[in-house]
Amino acid sequence: MKKTETQPKKVSLRLNPFSMHVNPDLFVPASEEEKQELVITREGTSLWKDAMRRFRKNKFAMVALGLIILLVLFAFVGPLLSQYDYDQFNPGHEDQAPNWQHPFGTDRFGRDLLVRNMYGARISLSIGIIAAALTLVIGSLYGSISGFTGGRTDNIMMRVIDIIYSLPDLLVVILLSATLKVPLEKILESSAAFSGISELGPAFFSMLIVFALMYWGTMARIVRGEVLRIKEQEYVLAARALGANSGRIIRRHVLPNCIGPIIVTTTLQIPSAIFTESFLSFIGLGISAPLASLGSMVTDALQGVYSYPTRVVFPSVIIALIILAFNTVGDALRDVLDPRMKK
Amino acid sequence: MLKYGIKRVFAAILAVIILITATFFLMHMVPGSPFLSERMTDKVKANLEKKYGLDKPLTTQYLIYVDNLLQGDMGTSLQKKGRSVVGIIEEKFPYSAKLGAFAIILALSVGIPLGAIAAINHEKLIDRLVMLFTTIFISVPGFVFGTLLLVIFCAILKIAPATWTDSPANYVLPVISLSFYPICYITKLTRSSMLETLGQDYIKTAHAKGLSAFKVHFKHALKNSAIPVISYVGPLTAFLFSGTFAVEKLFSVPGLGRFFVDSVSNRDYPVIMGTTIFLGCLMVMMNLIVDFVYGMVDPRIKLR
Repeated sequence: MKKTETQPKKVSLRLNPFSMHVNPDLFVPASEEEKQELVITREGTSLWKDAMRRFRKNKFAMVALGLIILLVLFAFVGPLLSQYDYDQFNPGHEDQAPNWQHPFGTDRFGRDLLVRNMYGARISLSIGIIAAALTLVIGSLYGSISGFTGGRTDNIMMRVIDIIYSLPDLLVVILLSATLKVPLEKILESSAAFSGISELGPAFFSMLIVFALMYWGTMARIVRGEVLRIKEQEYVLAARALGANSGRIIRRHVLPNCIGPIIVTTTLQIPSAIFTESFLSFIGLGISAPLASLGSMVTDALQGVYSYPTRVVFPSVIIALIILAFNTVGDALRDVLDPRMKK
Repeated sequence: MLKYGIKRVFAAILAVIILITATFFLMHMVPGSPFLSERMTDKVKANLEKKYGLDKPLTTQYLIYVDNLLQGDMGTSLQKKGRSVVGIIEEKFPYSAKLGAFAIILALSVGIPLGAIAAINHEKLIDRLVMLFTTIFISVPGFVFGTLLLVIFCAILKIAPATWTDSPANYVLPVISLSFYPICYITKLTRSSMLETLGQDYIKTAHAKGLSAFKVHFKHALKNSAIPVISYVGPLTAFLFSGTFAVEKLFSVPGLGRFFVDSVSNRDYPVIMGTTIFLGCLMVMMNLIVDFVYGMVDPRIKLR
C-alpha cells in the first residue's frame, strides 16, 4: 500500500476526555482526496513480475545475462563486421601473434582466428540452444504422458529412463556420433533439399541426434514429478468434471503449471550440451575442418602450443565463459522460479 | 534389502546386455569396411572377411561375439594385427586406472575438507571466497582447464615434463586437470550437506555437552554429511573415465581413453566394442557398489 506522506491528524473521539460530548468533526463526509488515499495504489503482481524483480536483484545473474548477450552478438553479428571469412586463407599473414589487424592472431594457413572463434562460438551456442529445445520437447512430452497416464505405463516409461541413465552417457555419445557420421554424410550429399545446411557437416546433425536421444531423461523425470503433483489438484478435477479431455488438461492446466522447473532445466541443459559438444570436438569426433568449433580449435592449436600459446587460450576462455554465463543464469532462474529445487 | 539388491543387480545386468547389443549393432551399421583403406584384391578381402567372420549374417556374428565374450575373448584388433583386445586393455588400462584413482583421492581429500571449512565459517570471508571460486570454476570443462595448465606449466614456465616417461611428474598435471571439476562439485556438495547437518539438534547437544568445536564439527557433523558425497562417487568414476579421453590426449598419456578415441577414428570395431563394453561394465558396477555402500552407511535410507 502506498504510504501516505501526511498522516491524517488523529482526531480524538471526545473533545474533553471527561465529557460525554462526541466530536462532530468525526462525522464529516470524507473528501475526495481522503477517499483516494484509501485506494490500494500498487498493481497486483504476477508470478512473472515477481520473478523478474527478484532476478534483477541478483547482480551475478545480471552480469551473466549481459555476458550472454555479448557472446551472442560476438558469435552472430561479429562475423558480419569482419573483413575475413572463417575459411579464408590469407597468404602472407601466416602464424601471426595477436596484432591490430588480427586481434586474435592467425593460424598456419593465415586464417583470421578472431573470425574463427566467432564461428566456433556460433556453432557451440546453436548446438546448445537447439539441443536444449529438443530435450525440452521430447522430455516434457514423455514426462507429461508418463505422469499423466500413471499406472503400469508410467512404470515402464520410467524404467526406460532408468536404463538410459545407467548407460555411461559419454561412451554412448561417442559411439553414436561415430556411427551416424557416415550415413548422415550420404544423406546430406544425396539430397538437394539439404544443400543449404549441408555445409554444417554431418557432425553437427549427428550431435543433435545424440542429444535428442540421450539427454531428455532429466527433463522427463522433472516434468513427470510435477505432473503427478498437479494432476491431483482440484482444478484438474474440475476441468475433468466439465468434460475436458486429457490432451486439453495437459495443455491448459498441467504444462503451464510446471513451466518454472521446465525453464530452469532447459536453461541448465544449454551449458551441458555445449560442454559435450566442445568435448566431442576436442577429442576429434565432433565438428571438423573446415568448420571451426571452439573444441576443435583447441585441438588444432595444441599442435603448436609451445610456439603459439595464445591460440589455445582464446577458444578455451570463450568456452568457459559461455558455460559459466549460462550456468549462472540457470541457477539464478532456479532460485527465482522454483525455490523448492534450491539445494 | 535382499529384494532390493536382487532388483539392482538385475537392472545392472540388463544395462550391460543393452550396452553390448547396442554397441555391436551400432558398430556393424557403420558403412565401410575396416579394410577399406588397404589396397587388396577382392579375393584377399573376401579371405580376410572370412577370417574375421565378417561374411556371416549379422545375428550369427552377434551370437558368436557374445559367446566369445563370455569366455573372456573380445577378438583381435584389426589395426594392430594380431594383438588381442583383452591384451591391449590389459596394457593400456593401468595408466587410466592410476590417473582415475589418484584423481578420486585428490578430489575427495581436497573437496571434503574445503566444503567442511566453508560450512563451518558460513557467510564469513573464507566461505564466500570458496563459493566464488567453486561457482566460477565448476563451469570450466576439465579439458579446457588441462589445456590452460599445459600452456602455463609446459609452454610458458617449462617446469613440467612435455613428453611421457611414466615418471611420477608425468601424473601431476593430468591428475589435477581430471580432479578439478570434481573438487569444485564435492566442495559445494559437502558445504550444503554440512550446513544442513550443523542446524540439527544433536549438534547443539554436542556443543552443550562441552565438546570441543573440532570434535563436534569433524566427528559429529562431517560424518553425517558424508552421504551425498558417497553417492556422488559412483557418477564420479564414470565421469573420470570419460574425462580420461580428453586428458590422456592432452598430456599424451598412453592410456585406454586415448586409445579408445583413436580406434573410433580408425574404425577398429573389435577394439571399440571391447573398450566400450569394458568401460561400460566398470561404470555400471561402480554405481552398483556405491548404491550398496550408500544403503549400508545410512540405515535411514530405506532400500526400495
